[in-house]
Amino acid sequence: MLLHIVNKSPFINNSLESCLRAAKKNSGVLFIEDGVYGALDNTAITPQVKKAMKDKKFFVLASDLKARGVSDGVIKGIEVVDYGGFVDLTTQYDVVESWL
Amino acid sequence: MSDDEMMQEGGTIKKFCYVNRKAPYGTVYALESLEVVLIGAAFEQDVSLIFMDDGIYQLKKNQDTSDSDMKNFSPTYRALEMYDVEKLYVEKESMEARGLTEDDLVVPVEVKTSKEISELMDEQDVVLSF
Amino acid sequence: MSSIDVGGKTIAVDEEGYLSDRNDWSKDVAVIMAKADDCELTDNHWEVINFLREYYEEYQIAPAVRVLTKAIGKKLGPDKGNSKYLYELFPYGPAKQACKYAGLPKPTGCV
Repeated sequence: MLLHIVNKSPFINNSLESCLRAAKKNSGVLFIEDGVYGALDNTAITPQVKKAMKDKKFFVLASDLKARGVSDGVIKGIEVVDYGGFVDLTTQYDVVESWL
Repeated sequence: MSDDEMMQEGGTIKKFCYVNRKAPYGTVYALESLEVVLIGAAFEQDVSLIFMDDGIYQLKKNQDTSDSDMKNFSPTYRALEMYDVEKLYVEKESMEARGLTEDDLVVPVEVKTSKEISELMDEQDVVLSF
Repeated sequence: MSSIDVGGKTIAVDEEGYLSDRNDWSKDVAVIMAKADDCELTDNHWEVINFLREYYEEYQIAPAVRVLTKAIGKKLGPDKGNSKYLYELFPYGPAKQACKYAGLPKPTGCV
């Protein structure tokens, strides 16, 4: 099973969009760095992510949310992980694909 | 260079506009722009700052880089006023797309529609894009 | 990298004498840096140094001299918020020299 890692803001290119299109059922999506803006509720991107959450698991890195001042805005149902959790995810999934 | 020398050499005051479109930490653009604005403030020009697209995230409240080994430069935007940089504009459409309001920002700003922003850009002598 | 000796402890500074790590600062650091410039720190010096440290804490920036002068005037009154007073205290330039003693980076825009 694949873990997709998205590190770009969904507003600056189509990385997240392509990722969501490519990601199969039951795969994981992890938001890091500027990618964490994709995990936020009430944005223009939120509906796409919520739709994808129906059959995929979503994660977001806590320290990158905190740095950007957006820890409080995460879509309900997305799991917030620390660096330890990040490492665990990369071992839980068979393959990691980074959407640069 | 002293202010007097500037006046003798430079003469007229020009309208400078900095356009900030990048999120704060993923790239170095935001911090670079802020430094250029602070350095440029010594020349006492007519400065405007526009925040649009992900640039709006530069002004987000509650930034805390203590777990990230980066410098949190968001408090510095609150010092701009002391540098006589007082015209801060935020594009309404960009703010709405991100579900943000003025209350989410570290400094008071003037919200302008994209049409008003484009008019503002058109009035400038110099536009610097970051 | 250069360094200074503060009570037997070696502290790293950059090529212009500014602290490499702001967390290394102590009052002794300021005293030793000033001594190297033949400057003895008085209460008036400390007033400015402490002001700069508070300013940095608040805004994460070392202010330009023009801004420092204005801000000092606001806080400590016009007899102290002027270049003459500040240059007498810090002849190498109030922002530059006082920021160094305060353990801050060189003010943005100073060359």
